Amino acid sequence: MEFFERFAIPHPSPAIYASMVVIALTVVAIIAGLTYFKKWGYLWREWLTTVDHKRLGLMYIISAILMLFRGGVDAIMMRAQLATPDSKLLDAQHYNEIFTTHGVVMIMFMAMPFIFGFMNYIVPLQIGARDVAFPRLNAISFWLFFMGAMLFNISFVIGGSPDAGWTSYFPLAGTDFSESVGTNYYMIALQISGLGSLMTGINMITTILKMRAPGMTLMKMPMFTWSTLVANLIIVTVFPVLTVALAMGTMDRLFATNFFTSSNGGMDMLWANLFWVWGHPEVYILILPAFGIYSEIISTFSSKNLYGYTSMVASMVIISVLSCLVWAHHFFTMGQGAASNSFFSITTMAIAVPTGVKIFNWLFTMWKGKIRFTVPMLYSIGFIPLFTIGGVTGVMLAMSAADYQYHNTMFLVAHFHNTIIPGVVFAMLAGLTYYWPKMFGFMLNERIGKWTFWALSIGFVLAFFPMYITGLDGQARRMYTYSESTGFGPLNMLSFIGAGIMAIGFVLIVYNIYYSIRYAPRNIGSDPWDARTLEWATHTPVPEYNFAITPAVNSIEPFWDAKKKKHVLFPEPLKKIHMPNNSGMPFILSAIFFVWGFSFVFAIWPLLIISTLGIFACLACRSFENDHGHYISLEEIEETEEKLGGAKK
Amino acid sequence: MNLEHSQPLEYSTKQNDLNIFGFWIFLGAEIMLFATLFTSYFVLENRTGSGPAGSEIFEITPVLIETLLLLTSSFVIGLGIHAMRLGKTKAMISFFAITLLLGLGFLSFEIFEFVHYVHVGAGIQTSAFTASLLTTLGTHGAHVTFGLFWGTAIILQVKKRGLTPETANKSFIFSLYWHFLDVVWIFIFSFIYLKGMM
Repeated sequence: MEFFERFAIPHPSPAIYASMVVIALTVVAIIAGLTYFKKWGYLWREWLTTVDHKRLGLMYIISAILMLFRGGVDAIMMRAQLATPDSKLLDAQHYNEIFTTHGVVMIMFMAMPFIFGFMNYIVPLQIGARDVAFPRLNAISFWLFFMGAMLFNISFVIGGSPDAGWTSYFPLAGTDFSESVGTNYYMIALQISGLGSLMTGINMITTILKMRAPGMTLMKMPMFTWSTLVANLIIVTVFPVLTVALAMGTMDRLFATNFFTSSNGGMDMLWANLFWVWGHPEVYILILPAFGIYSEIISTFSSKNLYGYTSMVASMVIISVLSCLVWAHHFFTMGQGAASNSFFSITTMAIAVPTGVKIFNWLFTMWKGKIRFTVPMLYSIGFIPLFTIGGVTGVMLAMSAADYQYHNTMFLVAHFHNTIIPGVVFAMLAGLTYYWPKMFGFMLNERIGKWTFWALSIGFVLAFFPMYITGLDGQARRMYTYSESTGFGPLNMLSFIGAGIMAIGFVLIVYNIYYSIRYAPRNIGSDPWDARTLEWATHTPVPEYNFAITPAVNSIEPFWDAKKKKHVLFPEPLKKIHMPNNSGMPFILSAIFFVWGFSFVFAIWPLLIISTLGIFACLACRSFENDHGHYISLEEIEETEEKLGGAKK
Repeated sequence: MNLEHSQPLEYSTKQNDLNIFGFWIFLGAEIMLFATLFTSYFVLENRTGSGPAGSEIFEITPVLIETLLLLTSSFVIGLGIHAMRLGKTKAMISFFAITLLLGLGFLSFEIFEFVHYVHVGAGIQTSAFTASLLTTLGTHGAHVTFGLFWGTAIILQVKKRGLTPETANKSFIFSLYWHFLDVVWIFIFSFIYLKGMM
């Protein structure tokens, strides 16, 4: 029994026991359901072994939505705890665990996969490619992310949640102050999913630079593709830094090294620096693709081409460079001296310039356009003022002298939620609504969608704007409670109400999906929004091979030109198409990685060695495998095209 | 599979071209990985705590031998790729085998060196300096070890299947990897060992 004691929860509560029961029941229900409906084979053939970028994209998005709810429950618990002074709903330890997992889940397992989902689904379609450059690597990326996310999520029922904040600053995250395996989970789970992100980065850059349809020069790429390229360049640049930092953190915790300790020469600030060298560019990895999605949507629903294309591209590139030069603004108060604080102040403020250029470009795109107020457009219009407020408070925080007042207060919490929610989350929901018909062949209900938008926007303002005030009044972040005499009570109650309204908004999204599956008309064609770029030029549902004929590109908006200016999009005759084969290897490899991670977390060395050998066995199998893919014959293509409503011209 | 005869075999298909390009991006990420390790090493270099400093534990002889072995292996794999371009399978396999043997020699000396460090009281737990030293060297060493297995797999495939666009592609990519490890070693040699001994 001694062996199993390590899996016990160090700080249990009825809520955690209840979660264990719910998780167990869900697993049983899924297994029973799959068996009863005889879907195991279908699941394996069509999803677990797929290398199709579209299916992987969908799986990313589904995982992201699930994680959104996990992180959302964390958020509601925090707001409920803070709603009243001296609340005893949660204790300090649980509050620590919850804000830690909320942060990690939302950034790493919600926002990242949501964006990867869109990149996967949309980019090959936008550039007229058949798939990404390395389809199987793409599947490995997804499954590594998925297994990393699962590993992180079981922490609170097996062994204990991480509790050192999503930044896991040392020495707090070291073994002296974080004794449970929680922080091991953090280090290992992020390592595994980070590996997946790095592979996606390599894959996407190669795809975009090498596989564009003929005629699509770099400066004719759609804006979302550009933003994906820039974001993935940042990924390849900074994720290795995280890899090293996490490896050092793991060694400090498991092998008693002294990288970040307070003894034998260890330097805790090295972790803070390495973490933010990755962490700050990371927020631009999230926001740039979001900007790309807004650009597509605003242009489509203003019925105009994007204003200032070149300056849009230039500002993204400038942002990507600046994003790597600002990391120390996260710890202005930690004593690095006036000169370096000034440097990082100025670089941080400088980011506002290219971002401002983009805001004005969107406004000028709408200027004198024929605007259609659809749900994706509402999110985009709501994004501009809300995000700008977040940006302006960002410039306030960038002033290092003033930061001594804001640092570690709710003002900061309000600021970054103010950029991430209207910036990234709204973009994801806008993108989901916008691309939904391409993915599933029917549209989400507009009326429910508009209710959702208003619930989320109003809820957001109510939840986060009060934090600016309490933050300036001195309410510290990450404090699980406050006394009544502080006077923070009413404003925190308002935040709680806002969070509740946002929760209603997220539930409405699920209801909307259910409602639209049942009632939405299916005869919407392949271009329901009257869009402008290539992803709308193929059939809905998109056939396995995306385009029967590789499209010819003449401008930034080839599909619009084909509709309005008689541009011939598909000039060539049909040819047989080469496609990659499915493979179970990515799933199996990643499942072994899960075991590897789990044994690492609990320092079960024999299992670690076995799973390491398993990983190498998978790699060796792959190396010796002879897999040349397969061809889709001409007849088969013609048949598919006929079924989908005739070949596209 | 469009064979383009004006191009070398390893570039001859579209997928080959993508593989090589993608691998260059991967090497970019590897540069960042080692750059981070070097930066951390420079930060922690003088933070020796109660343990020894670099100048007290570094020994020039094994390091020079390691350097010679690895640099030679990088030259030999270049010969191997040259033989591959000329279509001389046997010569290519021999050069690759010599490369891997030299790599193995390098690795043995490095293991010997690590044992020596532990012996003189510079284990991985001793101080921030030793932790970052052994992690940086160890990461490079782990790359070499991985390369030995990878290279062996490639030799076996070339032996079995001959020089096809696929095997040529793999061999070429492996040679890029091997040269990269050599470049990293030159930085290790200059900025860890020589700097530490001065």
